[in-house]
Parts: sequence; C-alpha cells; structure tokens
Amino acid sequence: MATTKTEGKSQTALGSNLGLSRDELIEMYRLMAVTRAVDERMWILNRAGKIPFVISGQGHEGAQVGLAFPLQKGHDWMVPYYRSVASLLTFGMSPREIMLAQFARGVDPSSGGRQMPGHYGIKDRNILSVSSPVATQILHATGIAWAAKLRKQDIVTITYLGEGSSNQGDFHEALNFAGVHQLPVIYVVENNGYAISVPMALQSAVEDIAIRAAGYNMPGVIVDGADVLNCYAAGREAIDRARSGQGPTLIEAKVTRLTAHSSDDQQSKYRNADEMEAEKSRDPLPLFRDQLREAGMLDDAIEAQMLAESRKVVEDATDWAEAQADPDPATAQRHVYADAPPARMDDPLWQGARFIGDGGPFGILGGEE
Amino acid sequence: MTLIESVRDTLAQEMRRDEAIVVLGEDVGKKGGVFLATDGLFGEFGGDRVLDTPLSESMIVGVSIGAAIAGLRPVPEIQFADFIFPAFNQILSEAARMRFRSNGAFACPMTIRAPYGGGVHGALYHSQSVEAFFAHIPGLKVVIPSTPYDARGLLRTSIRDDDPVLFFEHKKMYRSIRGDVPEGDYTIPIGQAKVTREGTHVTIIAYGLMAHYALEAADLLESEGVSAEVVDVRTLRPLDGETLLNSVRKTGKAVIVYEDNRFGGYGAEIAAILAEEAFDHLDGPIVRVTGPDVPGVPYNHVLEDWFMPNPDRIANAVRRLAAY
Repeated sequence: MATTKTEGKSQTALGSNLGLSRDELIEMYRLMAVTRAVDERMWILNRAGKIPFVISGQGHEGAQVGLAFPLQKGHDWMVPYYRSVASLLTFGMSPREIMLAQFARGVDPSSGGRQMPGHYGIKDRNILSVSSPVATQILHATGIAWAAKLRKQDIVTITYLGEGSSNQGDFHEALNFAGVHQLPVIYVVENNGYAISVPMALQSAVEDIAIRAAGYNMPGVIVDGADVLNCYAAGREAIDRARSGQGPTLIEAKVTRLTAHSSDDQQSKYRNADEMEAEKSRDPLPLFRDQLREAGMLDDAIEAQMLAESRKVVEDATDWAEAQADPDPATAQRHVYADAPPARMDDPLWQGARFIGDGGPFGILGGEE
Repeated sequence: MTLIESVRDTLAQEMRRDEAIVVLGEDVGKKGGVFLATDGLFGEFGGDRVLDTPLSESMIVGVSIGAAIAGLRPVPEIQFADFIFPAFNQILSEAARMRFRSNGAFACPMTIRAPYGGGVHGALYHSQSVEAFFAHIPGLKVVIPSTPYDARGLLRTSIRDDDPVLFFEHKKMYRSIRGDVPEGDYTIPIGQAKVTREGTHVTIIAYGLMAHYALEAADLLESEGVSAEVVDVRTLRPLDGETLLNSVRKTGKAVIVYEDNRFGGYGAEIAAILAEEAFDHLDGPIVRVTGPDVPGVPYNHVLEDWFMPNPDRIANAVRRLAAY
C-alpha cells in the first residue's frame, strides 16, 4: 500500500471539515496546555531535587492529543510509551495520577512507586503498563488487538513508540503479524529525529519510517506533528479503519523534541544551539494557539482563564501527589505471583525472608518479612 | 499412553473446558506441531484458536502477553527450547515483571510449552536444557514433568494458573515414556516434588529425563546393597524444598542430576539450599552429575553419548558417595 503524506491546509471554519466543534477544539488545546504545564513542572521538581528522573514529551503534545482524541475512553486500549503524557491525559489519566508516578508514591496507580517516572499504566482505563526496553509494547498492543478480533469486539488498540524503537525486531514482528491478520491496531511512531543522541541519518536506512508499512500490507501515513488537526484527521481515519475491520495503520508523526532525552541527558553535546532554537518554531502549542486565535475561538480573556486553570491543576496535582505516603517496604514482596506462596511454602522453612531466597540458617541477609 | 499423547489430550480437554484458551506457534496448526503435540487441535478448534504463526519467537510470546492482558489464556509453543531466546526479553522483561511492576494490576496468565533436552541426535541447537535461565527469574513458574500422569496434572494446573509458566517437555521422553493416566479432572499443584522411590543411603534428586535415569541407577545399585531414594523435582520454581530436605535429612547424602551444563546449572541452587538448610545432616559432599561445560550437545552419537548423563554415571557417583 502507498505511503501517504497529508498536508495541513487552513480551513475556512477551523475544524468544521472534521466535524469538530469549538468546545472540542478548546478541549484539545486545554489538554496540550495542561500537559505542557505538568511536563514543565516535572523538570522544576527534578532541579529542586524532589524527583530524581524526568522523561518528557515536550514538542510531542500536538500529535499525541490529535491522534488520541477520537478514541473511545474505557473501551479502546492504549499501550503507551514513556513520552505519552498528552496521550494519557487525552485518554483519561489525570494530572494527579501522572504526578503520583513522578513522586513514586504508594498509591501511584501505575506501579505503586515501583517503576521510574514515565512508566505509566492504569488497568481500569485500559492503559497498559509501560516498561523500559523499547518496542516490546508493540507486540502487546498487537496481542490485545488479536484478542479483540478473535472475540469479535470492536475495540481499537493504539500504541506508541519513538522512531529509534522502530529499529527493534519486535516492531517489525508486530507489524508483520498485524498485517497477516489485518488486526484493529494503530502504530504511532513519534519521530523526533533522535534516539537519545543518534540522529535519523544513523538510525534508519529510510528517511520516513512510515514507508516500512508497505512491507507489512498496511497503510503508512506521515503527519506533521506540529499540526494538531492534521493529526486528529489521521488518527480518526486510522481508528475508523481499525474499528470497521479494515486492519492496521502505521502513522509516523514528525515531531520535535524540545527537551533533552531525559533529565540525565545533555543534548548540547550533540545538538547545536541553532538547531534547538529553530525547532521551537515547530512547537505545536503556540501553533495551535495561533490557529484558534485566528479562528476567533481564543482570545486574551479565555487564554488567561485557561492558563490560570492549568496552573491550578498542576499545583493541585503536585501538592497532592507529594503529600501522599511512600510505599511501605513491607509490601515490596507482593505481586510477584498471583497466589499466596504454594501449599508447601506454608512450612516454616519457607516463611519470611527464607521464601524469597535470602535466608539460610543464619538469616544473613533476610530476617524481616 | 505416551507423554506426548498426554500433553495433546490435556490441551484438547482444557480447550473444550475454557474457550479463552488459544494455542499458537510455528506449525502447531494443520501439521499439529513438529512433534505432533498439537495434532488434531486445529481440526477440532479451528484456525482462530490453533494458530500457525510467522517464524518469530518474540512475536509468539509478545502477542501472547497482549492476548493474556486482554483476557485470553494463551498456550504458546516454542518449537524447540533452543529457539526460545529471541523471546527471552519478552519473557524476562515483560511477562515475568508485569504483575510486580504494575503493583498487581496486570497479569500474564499463559503457559509457554517447549520441548527441551538431548539424546535425540539434535546437536547444539535441538538439545539444550534451558531451565536454569528461567528458574532464575522471580515471576515465572517452571515445570518439568517426567511422566504422562504428571504431564496431565501439571499442564492443567499450569494453564489454569494466573501467572506465566514455562512448561518444558523432554523430547526424548515424548514417545519413550508411557504410563497410566486416569480419566477425570485431576490436577497436581505446582510446587510439589515427589519421592518416586524410597531408599535409605543416598538421595538422588533429578527432573525430566534424568528422573528416569535416576530410577534406573537406583535399580542398578539395589543388588549391590545400596539403597537410593529418588526425588523427582517436577516443578523447579517454586521449588518444594521441604520434600528435598526431608529426604536428605534422612539419608545424609545427596546426588543432584541435571542434563544442563554443570556450571551455574539449576542443580547448583538445590546444592546451595541443601548446604544452607541440611548441613548438620550431611555426612558427605553434595555431588552433581551433569552435562559437561561445553557450549552445546555435539551431534555424532559418540560425542552425544559423551555429553549425556546416564544411569551408569549416576550409579557411579552414588557408589562413590555411599562409600564416603
């Protein structure tokens, strides 16, 4: 199938060709703005020494909100990656829940403080837990979509990765399987041009990841990630295609990474100042704001109100999450297996630390439950 | 019935019981698997539930994880345990950790079946014993049955278990080991070893094909007046340490047999547990009879025989230890 490139054209009435109301457009902008505010706060908390690690999605928000906006919350499945804050907020995760992951608190619904920040997941909202090895999740999304097809459920699964991850075998194995069975799944490659420090030219033999779709019998679509409505249109089309049984889609969103890879990265070592300055012109947030203002949907008063609201949301999320308790170390042995230790483990030999294997007659390492 | 017939019938029975069970892997469909472990399932349950996959082991396991998350109960087959390594990341980083890393929210109920083991002229890449890699990983269960009866009871339990289980079947036993398998829905709990022969002088601890060789060795020794007790480990993780320790506390001597390379093999963990927990009862060194430390089982039959532990080797080790 052909790789298509859709161009964002300004519409006479913004969003009307897509059936989007003003309220929906404002909601999309709000999601982007809140995400940015949450993200910026994460970096402040990191510099303040309150959270040891940040991984960020600044520059990706337009693609994430646009592509995820047409999903059915609570019905469809999202298999995110570590830059997915905007996707997650769009799909029903709250800023408080995002912040709980930053502070790794006990009530953090993503992992109860077990994982690094950025490793989100909430079962009751169909958001699968994120891990750190890249592209493994692409197969999980494919498996969820396979199950939906077998059970004749009209569930759409969307999953995300960076362009760097698209070089992993799991990506190709997943797309091939989805192509064979024409599964209801959408693969979104958020191409920000860098795999940590390695530029596209050294990462990929082709300039556009989307053309790889041709090898797997699915459409490959390139969207400008700075153009929110263009992303929305591509997302909706892929979602409709998946839901109506017409199979998978690979979408490549060309985005910009406005921050370093993570709080442990110094991007000035491999990106020059001119480039980083130029990339700011591809920030989706001011671009969408300008579109909304030109369309008369946003003015100073509304913007001021939204800014105040997003500040309030971030303050609340930060303060509330920070105030939650750390996880109890006594719970750290839980959830290794579903069941209590098997019957024979009731023997005193296997109780306590002995069960997890750091026992011995002298209890050298263990001794506490 | 043979061991492979037991596996096949159990799969069919479980699939009739629970529609969420799906079998997927290379050649598991119309062909019925290269060993015929899934023969007939495609005809009975159709291509949706008995799926021939692309030659992509990571995909087989990764898709199974997603399907399990979505409520199915996959029983993926890896054609040979030797080929499981492309899926190692999915098993270790994802399946084993999903429950722990999500604080109990998500789980991966699935049973990964794979034939393992040497003695079948399979050479380096169709003979490996891979259990040590997986038994090392918290979050996984590892099961190795040695009889058709145990295969049925343990496979049922594994499929019904809510955690990922590695279910390794020794391919030399598929058709060489026969045994009675009763009708009825019996299960065997994961985490229980079994004393398969009572004895007083030495305990031989083994699993899989080696559990049979241990019994043969015990037979050889009986006429010499050496009474060997044999314990079949059956489930490597969780390990039933109690049964092992009770036996060794009684006999005071332990020989551990495993077919894998010696260094860092699964039996080394058993040896460590015995040393930690039964030191006061031991009156001889803990002895291992294992495959040698070469990178694989070589092909030519004299080389393969050189590699494989056998009843004579086990008996020799027991003789030396009994005289200690």
